Amino acid sequence: MSSDILILAMLDGISYAGLLFLVALGLTFIFGVVKILNVAHGSLYAFGGYGAASLGLWWGQGSDSALVSVALLISGAIAMGVVLGTVLMLLLKKFQDRDPILQLLVTFGAFMIFEDLQRMIWGTQPYFVADVVNQLGTSELMGVVYMNYQLLFVPGAALAVYFLLKWFLNSTLAGRQIVAVTHDREVATALGINARRIGYLTFVVGAVLGSLGGALASPTTSLVPGIGADMIVLSFAVVASAGLGQITGALITALLIGLSRSFCVYLAPEFEVVMPYLIMVLVLLIRPQGLFTVVQARKI
Amino acid sequence: MRSLLLALAAAVVILGVALTFPWLKIPLILSLCYGLAALGIVVLLKAGQISFGHAMYACISGYVVAFVGKHYPALDGIVLIALGTLASVVAGMLIGAFVVRYREIFFGMLNLAISMVLFTVLGKFYELTGGTDGVRINRPTLFGFELTRDPYEIGLLLVVLALSLIATFGVQRYFRSSGGQALAAIKTNETRLEYLGISAKKVLWKGYVLSASLCGLSGALFGLSQGLVTPEMGYWLRSGEFVFIAILGGAGHAVGAFVGALLYEFLKMYAAVLVSGSWQLILGAILIVIIYFLPKGLTGLFGKRKGAEGGAA
Repeated sequence: MSSDILILAMLDGISYAGLLFLVALGLTFIFGVVKILNVAHGSLYAFGGYGAASLGLWWGQGSDSALVSVALLISGAIAMGVVLGTVLMLLLKKFQDRDPILQLLVTFGAFMIFEDLQRMIWGTQPYFVADVVNQLGTSELMGVVYMNYQLLFVPGAALAVYFLLKWFLNSTLAGRQIVAVTHDREVATALGINARRIGYLTFVVGAVLGSLGGALASPTTSLVPGIGADMIVLSFAVVASAGLGQITGALITALLIGLSRSFCVYLAPEFEVVMPYLIMVLVLLIRPQGLFTVVQARKI
Repeated sequence: MRSLLLALAAAVVILGVALTFPWLKIPLILSLCYGLAALGIVVLLKAGQISFGHAMYACISGYVVAFVGKHYPALDGIVLIALGTLASVVAGMLIGAFVVRYREIFFGMLNLAISMVLFTVLGKFYELTGGTDGVRINRPTLFGFELTRDPYEIGLLLVVLALSLIATFGVQRYFRSSGGQALAAIKTNETRLEYLGISAKKVLWKGYVLSASLCGLSGALFGLSQGLVTPEMGYWLRSGEFVFIAILGGAGHAVGAFVGALLYEFLKMYAAVLVSGSWQLILGAILIVIIYFLPKGLTGLFGKRKGAEGGAA
């Protein structure tokens, strides 16, 4: 194996891990509010991608500025995340006292609806808007020419989100309230936190993260029906292996899964798609509560 | 006794419909297959667990039928069904031994992950499995008879109906047995179950193997009626469909799975005609509405009325 391939695999893996991390983080956030895994999270990813691509097609055509393209990507993701997140939140609120299994199925139903809506709005033809990739140019790293978009922008965005969230959760009032509500809703409410408002905020942040992942993926993957279904399972794998609610854990696991997947692409392509699941199965067999979960006292 | 008569009557009605409208034969067979698989999900729901990976057992069984059928063309359809189901029972025993240590989300996710591994392996190893094109199943003999397409389908329908009846009564019996009661206790209070000296893992394992075998049975029949198995049979969305049907019918009674499956198949057909290409949207909306108004599913409707009568008396 030449060193070129090694570097290529590494860069691919890091860029992919960045996307995976964003989506998985969103899933973890939403889990913090509703305590169920949101199956419709894959639709958020898909809609984020399509939304950003559409904005790029409407307003980004003809402009050479990378800044405009990036702004369009991000604003598309935020708009989609806020709208769909609110819709989902309102829907789930109607079911908040039900059996968790039924709530999970409500998100499954929402996923089915979104899947067809997406097909109705954007059709089944692949969507591909890659202006931003060309605008950002390429650079050379140890003899390998690589796109700046995937080399710097995607991992940079993921890291920025990571540090921003860490700061937000640890150092601001709203962030600390989110931690409190996620940890124990009842006690938080008793302390005078408006749990409903904080829950909504957390949910929307999670939804925006999911669609941001899709938006950032859109310039390098073609958008076709079904991308949401594949992504949801992958981000489940990240979240479950990292442990629910673990932000740093999600980052490390996303890297692990992203890297091992991209090395598979170059070395053993048959196993590429299986890899994330194999990792997840292994992790759960050895550490049933996930890699980074701290053991919690059982509530009775 | 009354329920036995009702069930037989239902079977006769289905058979009658299939004979009067021959084009309905395959949809009926398929929906009964879905019903068998959903019945497997109902068993797990009884324990409060949900699996988004049970389509893998249908898939395993379907592929075993296809491979064995290809290499031993002389084998009878019934033997193939038995072999396919046996394969998924064995798989269920092995996988079950691991997954029963987990509950709720982790249980569901682990099943999902294992099924996705199977799905991808089947799709990738083209020389062995035919990749995404799948493997064709040639029409075997049924009870020793070499049949043309039409009688073969009727024969298959009879087999499916008989197996569905047996499965429904078997599962109902199991629910009423001490093992089934213990299974339900995993949902209500697992700690208490353990204090009674019963191993929750062992109880769930038995339920899991039962549910795997039902899904396997469904997969074998599904494969035989389609004449083709593809990796799609094991995709997680298919597992989701099984769960959908189980919820639609209601987990209270074994017959719910079949009521749900018949309704699901015909909703799907009707929705596809009504608005082509967006049946998922309609089904998704129906799922949400059902959960909102009938959290116990369609059979919950009858259960409630019965309860009210009992209260009055």
